[in-house]
Amino acid sequence: MSRLKIDRRLMLAIAVIGLATVLWLLLTMGLIASTLEPEQRALLADQLAPRFVLIGLTWVFGLVAIGATLHWLFRRYASAPGRLLEQTKVLLAAPQAAPMNHHGTTETQALAEVIFQLATQRDSLRQDVVTQIAQASMSVQQEKNRLAALMSELTQSVVVCNLDGRIILYNSRARLQFKTLSVAPTLAGGAELVGIGRSIYAVFDRQLVAHALESIQQRISRGAGSPSAQFVTTTQAGQLLKVQMAPVRNVDASGGATEISGFVLMLDNVTRAFEEEHLRDQLLHGLTEGSRSSLANIQAAVEMLAYPDLDAPMRERFLAVVREEVNSMGTRINTMTQQATQGLKARWPLEEMLGADVLLATQRRIEARSQRPVTLENLDASVWLKVDSFSLTQALDYLALRLAEEFDVKFFRLRLQSHGNRAQLDLIWTGQAMSTETVMSWEMDSMRFGNESTPLTVRDVVERHGGEMWFERERVRHEAFFRFLLPMASMQEQLEATQILQNDSRPEYYDFDLFQVTDQSRELDDRLLSELSFTVFDTETTGLNPSEGDEIIQIGAARIVNSKLLRQESFEQLVNPGRLIPAATIPIHGITQDMVKGKPPITEVLPAFYAFAQDTVLVAHNAAFDMKFLQLQERHTGLVFNHPVLDTLLLSAVVHPNQESHRLEAIAERFNITVLGRHTALGDAMVTAEVWLRLLPLLQAMGITTLRQAREAAQKTYYARLKY
Amino acid sequence: MSPKILVADDEPNIVISLEYLLKREGYTVVIARDGQEALEAITRELPDLVLLDVMMPKKTGFEVCQEVRANDALQDIKILMLTAKGRDTDVAKGTALGADGYMTKPFATRELVQKVAEMLGKAA
Repeated sequence: MSRLKIDRRLMLAIAVIGLATVLWLLLTMGLIASTLEPEQRALLADQLAPRFVLIGLTWVFGLVAIGATLHWLFRRYASAPGRLLEQTKVLLAAPQAAPMNHHGTTETQALAEVIFQLATQRDSLRQDVVTQIAQASMSVQQEKNRLAALMSELTQSVVVCNLDGRIILYNSRARLQFKTLSVAPTLAGGAELVGIGRSIYAVFDRQLVAHALESIQQRISRGAGSPSAQFVTTTQAGQLLKVQMAPVRNVDASGGATEISGFVLMLDNVTRAFEEEHLRDQLLHGLTEGSRSSLANIQAAVEMLAYPDLDAPMRERFLAVVREEVNSMGTRINTMTQQATQGLKARWPLEEMLGADVLLATQRRIEARSQRPVTLENLDASVWLKVDSFSLTQALDYLALRLAEEFDVKFFRLRLQSHGNRAQLDLIWTGQAMSTETVMSWEMDSMRFGNESTPLTVRDVVERHGGEMWFERERVRHEAFFRFLLPMASMQEQLEATQILQNDSRPEYYDFDLFQVTDQSRELDDRLLSELSFTVFDTETTGLNPSEGDEIIQIGAARIVNSKLLRQESFEQLVNPGRLIPAATIPIHGITQDMVKGKPPITEVLPAFYAFAQDTVLVAHNAAFDMKFLQLQERHTGLVFNHPVLDTLLLSAVVHPNQESHRLEAIAERFNITVLGRHTALGDAMVTAEVWLRLLPLLQAMGITTLRQAREAAQKTYYARLKY
Repeated sequence: MSPKILVADDEPNIVISLEYLLKREGYTVVIARDGQEALEAITRELPDLVLLDVMMPKKTGFEVCQEVRANDALQDIKILMLTAKGRDTDVAKGTALGADGYMTKPFATRELVQKVAEMLGKAA
């Protein structure tokens, strides 16, 4: 194309020159003719006419000479830059600059030299960047290692989460701790609870964590130095956990801490400590309050006995009282020391909090739940409480909810004042009179909020605080209120809680960015495959017909988070099928009748596996087969496996439609995956996981990037039409 | 007529002493063995003073106290609460709910007699 263009331009130039020379010739001849006499002109014409051909020939010859010169010049000066352009383009695309070997004019050759030097400079810059990146990631790696070493040294369990509650880091101590929290400790070993990318809300109530975060926010906005919060909670497995939460804050360019990007949880299992304290409390209670009545009875009787005018039958009755009470005190002390029976609630660990913060939190909670306005009255900013703020706001919220629902109370007021060494927190309302009995019966009801319910009662909450609660009416003002007597924080505790930290710098080991906030609001279907978490699993079964009585005998699963296979967070469990394993199948899976003897039945294993797979996409090779087994158990376990499912068999067919075999072995061979422990459930799950990780980029190259696209593509393959 | 005192306590071993003591001091004594009985006795007998135990079956002393104070016809009745709980929160609650006096078990009978006389003297 460019060749043709050059030619045309050349032709045009030659044509213009030809035309110009003809014009010049005609003009010259015209001028000469005008100076001649007519006879001279005729003579000249006679002389020239026969030689016109000669003139024409010299013109053509001259034109050819000019054309050739032009062509040479053109070649030299116009096409050389074109060649240089092409060579530069090659240089631009090349990873490493090579000398151009350019043949052109002196100028283009110089230009080529300069371009080459620029490219060389680019190469060395590139090299620098690569080196610097390598160095930087090495120091990041070192920091990570240092942090890991530090964390593993800690005797406390530490879990770091991002704001979505996804676990970013945890130490081995935490792993151990979670193992004791697991409802199925021997099955998943806590791996269904703690793991990279898992939600901490599997262990803790989301509201509880949100509440703790909120109080941290409040403390930060108040300028508190080390804003942390703590709470105590019971887990599903009945363990009592004391949790301390500290925020992880982003740091801006100037080094100042900005908004919270995650949080650190330090966990302490205080179950045993609390049981012991509980026992002590009971003893103390029995010895003090329990003995008061008896002592009073004895004292009164003895004092009556001192009257000289006492008659004999009366004296005998008072003596009987003394004997009986002394006897009963002896018995009480004996039983108390011998056995601890049920009695007092354990003393709950309370947290120092600014009263105003408790009120604000309560106000927000009531307004959000009951849709009733709440005003705060004579807010005393100097009152510090010692409270379990979560359960306290819950109790107040609950009472407000019942008032709003049952007595149509329109708005509330909250009042806080100190009274002696205690604080009075009042929930006030105006409206129709109600019987004391009715409202006071609420304190014994388990608190319910719509679908949410807790076994706690308002009374429990009051007792946790060692406080009191009652209902009072002010008739004149048509007001009524619930009054909570609550403990206040000591001066020392207040001081510690308000301490302003001067040095706001962060420790070194936080210096890596693990806190990319994921966007949870999008539907799973529309999220990128690369950002989803997967549970890749496989089952071994007694046969191929689940609907004809074949059962699962082993489940193995591995996790993929952030496109990384987490080998240490795996799940493997033999299952007692409750039937004979056909001898013909034993060579395939290698599981004998003896191996499943004493193993848990599928009804125990599936809940653990369900928890392990929570919030992830299930991946299996020929998933329809395994899913059928899981779904047939729904009736027995009540667990519905409605996770999104991807099938590596179908997806392999999407990526390589022309391959003959999509068996797991064949795919593994294509991808050059080393197969270890094939035909154990976990072994196969691991191979499937490797396959999935290799399919992922190939799917992306085909434009299949979201879960929805992957599922739709899989549906269209031939294999998807097979049914089990 | 001598002042009438209602002793409301579920423990006979204290009731026997209190009854003897108060009768000896010249008061008319009525007995109630639980919260419900106490409330009925109060409305029926209209005593001048009630010795009210906190921990009673059916209705606690707090409940009895609150109901008495809610009834306009019973405002003149003095209430002296007796409790085996030694916590200051109980004292605060009792006082808030309308008790005129509060004694923690065990107590000296002399002090009780003094307190009763004091409370009735004010009313007279």
